[in-house]
Amino acid sequence: MTDGLRYAYAVVRDTGAPEAALDALTALEGVTGVADEPVYAVRHLGLAVLAGAVPAEDYDEGSLRKRLEDMAWLEKMARAHQRVVDTAGAESCVIPVRLATVCHGDEGLRRMLATGRERFASALDRLEGRVEWGVKAYATRPAAEEPPAGTADTADAADAPSTPNSPSTPNSPSTPGTPGAPGAPSTPSTPGTPGAMSGRDYLRRRKAQRQAAERRWGDTEEGARLVHDTLSGLAEQSRLHPPQDPRLSGISDRNVLNAAYLVRRQDSADFAERVGELAGRTPALRVELTGPWAPYSFTAMDETSGTEGESAGTDG
Amino acid sequence: MGERDSVTTRGGAAPTAGAYGSPASSLGSSGSYGLAGRGEGGANLADILERVLDKGVVIAGDIRINLLDIELLTIKLRLIVASVDKAKEMGIDWWEHDPSLSSRARTGVDGGGKAEVTGRDSREKAEVTGGENRETTE
Repeated sequence: MTDGLRYAYAVVRDTGAPEAALDALTALEGVTGVADEPVYAVRHLGLAVLAGAVPAEDYDEGSLRKRLEDMAWLEKMARAHQRVVDTAGAESCVIPVRLATVCHGDEGLRRMLATGRERFASALDRLEGRVEWGVKAYATRPAAEEPPAGTADTADAADAPSTPNSPSTPNSPSTPGTPGAPGAPSTPSTPGTPGAMSGRDYLRRRKAQRQAAERRWGDTEEGARLVHDTLSGLAEQSRLHPPQDPRLSGISDRNVLNAAYLVRRQDSADFAERVGELAGRTPALRVELTGPWAPYSFTAMDETSGTEGESAGTDG
Repeated sequence: MGERDSVTTRGGAAPTAGAYGSPASSLGSSGSYGLAGRGEGGANLADILERVLDKGVVIAGDIRINLLDIELLTIKLRLIVASVDKAKEMGIDWWEHDPSLSSRARTGVDGGGKAEVTGRDSREKAEVTGGENRETTE
């Protein structure tokens, strides 16, 4: 069956003999695609596209458009797409194509390979033997910095032992300007000695507290910069992504660094180790490493050409 | 979210790729890691969406879906672009002052109706935060 719709996941180099299975395909044994379909390869012009046959009722233009607006369906699709791409990428260099690239039959896939031949080939040349690592850093906000806004001493006392390391409440990420807001009403943090302190002492103490908070904030920024600078030096290329939204990531701590690094496969262990060292050195940050990913963030030659391609597609 | 973690799954499913297994084990031993703490590869939906929606080769298939056209993109931009604005609000914009980084940080969103979406989100955000402020300060 060569008719019907085909969903494309990624493009790999077709190096093997025609009858030999592609490495990428071998890795995909037992891994199904966005429609729970088996993934196969269509070879053309020295390239091969990993693809799957998908039902027209879900993937023709109208349905696909509607389906993509359904967040649950989008998530399922995105996860399946990523699973295929990264499973294949564990064995060999893959160039991911963007989500929801659908062609008519194997012929359509071959047309796609022909159209993108130069871009795919040059990306494969550049990215062979490289993987992408994601590094995110979050500000570790101590509980003291959360202005409890009129909470009684009892609330503080109850909070402190139960949640020593989880300062964030579900509402906190969408409350801007809480750290160190000078005008924010705040309770004195020394409930035990209310009368013993002069007004000047109190103000001095408040100032010191504020300065400490500012230093910590500075450390967070500096830490993020330090982490990024250091890792950029170790990586062949790096990309900064916008910080993630807590509603999507489910992580309420402030995301102060969200970066991707292109690292040679054999340097991955060293890279991960360095990330660990950096994490230990910057207490103001919680550092999170993800990967290895297929080199999603590096498929465009550089950011400028990538953007041009994108806007051209938008206008057309 | 994160239970069905594909990075972890893949790591386990590909024991032959030495470079893939070893960092994970060294990570596991480092207590300061979010990765270790969550016991997962960290492939949250945001990680995945920002890659599969935003990155990867854009090439026209036969089914023409312009991701920029549809509401999905609004979702995406609301979640991803909104973070940029929020970040600026909070002063997390150090990369924008770095000329070698600023264009990168801004691309991919400037082209696609950012103003409209941002505006919509700002309103939404304003409502949300306004409500919260009332709640917390009174």
